[in-house]
Amino acid sequence: MQFNFDSSEPLYLQVAEQIENAIFLGSFATGEQIPSTTEISRDFQINPATVLKGMNILVADGLIQKKRGRGMFVLEDAQEKIRTKRKNEFFQDYILNMIVEAKNLGLDENAIISLVERGFEEG
Amino acid sequence: MVLNQISKKYGKQEVLTDISLKLKPNTIYGLLGRNGAGKSTLLNILTNRIPATSGKVLIDGQPNLNNDDALGKIYLMSEPNLYLTRAKVFQIFRETANFYTGFDFELAHQLTNKFGLNESLRFGKLSTGYRSILKDIIALCVDADIILLDEPTLGLDANHRELFYQELVETYADRPRTFVISTHLIEEIAGMVENVLLIKDGRLALDDTTESLLARSYSVTGPEEKVREYTAGLNVIGHDSLGKLRSDYVFGKLDENRVLPDTVSVEKIDLQKLFINLTEQSDEEGQK
Repeated sequence: MQFNFDSSEPLYLQVAEQIENAIFLGSFATGEQIPSTTEISRDFQINPATVLKGMNILVADGLIQKKRGRGMFVLEDAQEKIRTKRKNEFFQDYILNMIVEAKNLGLDENAIISLVERGFEEG
Repeated sequence: MVLNQISKKYGKQEVLTDISLKLKPNTIYGLLGRNGAGKSTLLNILTNRIPATSGKVLIDGQPNLNNDDALGKIYLMSEPNLYLTRAKVFQIFRETANFYTGFDFELAHQLTNKFGLNESLRFGKLSTGYRSILKDIIALCVDADIILLDEPTLGLDANHRELFYQELVETYADRPRTFVISTHLIEEIAGMVENVLLIKDGRLALDDTTESLLARSYSVTGPEEKVREYTAGLNVIGHDSLGKLRSDYVFGKLDENRVLPDTVSVEKIDLQKLFINLTEQSDEEGQK
């Protein structure tokens, strides 16, 4: 995990994103406990209130759950929820941006499709 | 803790002017300002090490003047060395515990271990960095509600600076209390600071949460003419130029009715950039 203090994004959102990514990639596995607010605060020198604010987003999204007195745990369907969310964002974040740039470069639809095909062959 | 219209003059020179503010409980503050802005003077007035020319400091409603009860709730870590050069580290801990009765010896031992500070060494034998470390350890171990840190990382290497801030955050999570951190290395504290106090030319220029400050701080970048057009009349606090490419730094609201040209981009800026631009102004004014 890393946090970029130069980023234009508020720190608590970065905290939420980094933990979400770790869950998605399986670093924090289903049913397992994630690091405590204090651990994350300490390791990255972030105010505990900021870390908590980030974690609360993940609680609201149904990715982690608080177990009284024991900490935060990754919920069963967390990975699947993140996958669905990211699929929805894929069009917005990648496809639409790609088309804006392609238009700037004067690439038409056919040119993009053949580049996508080449990407699949090489990737 | 409440500061009521604090001013300080040395002879005719006014160092602090009419500073009023309230320190919230359990909050980490960043006290920012250029060299000579009056930060250290302010911290010294809070702890009654130097008297204010006018104004009052109240701790839990009690004036801090010659009031041991009030002063026992507040601790200042600062550059001047208050210890005898012959005193050994462990003796300094004991001496501190005489005044600050809740001193945490166990934590102090853990920290001397982590920082590699030998408790049998005499204060006079410690390097600048280890003198800071000793004073930092004391600041984290005293049982005070308000801890003031004046350049706590002076002479510390990068590893020790990181370790210190990690320990600070951990003790804060264990036992929340108010910290006021004055440092030039803003990036290192940006993630911890909940509230910013900015002193400029002896006056309190800003007292706001970090989140609220950053939410209204922008850079507007693009071709010079387009950028000037877009930021005209806004609160532009500074700019950078690279040939005809220009970035204007805006502090405050943007005008939502203005159309942003394709060639111009608006981004948020970080605390350090905001600080540099807010405090640069006075230099330019001074040169006029």
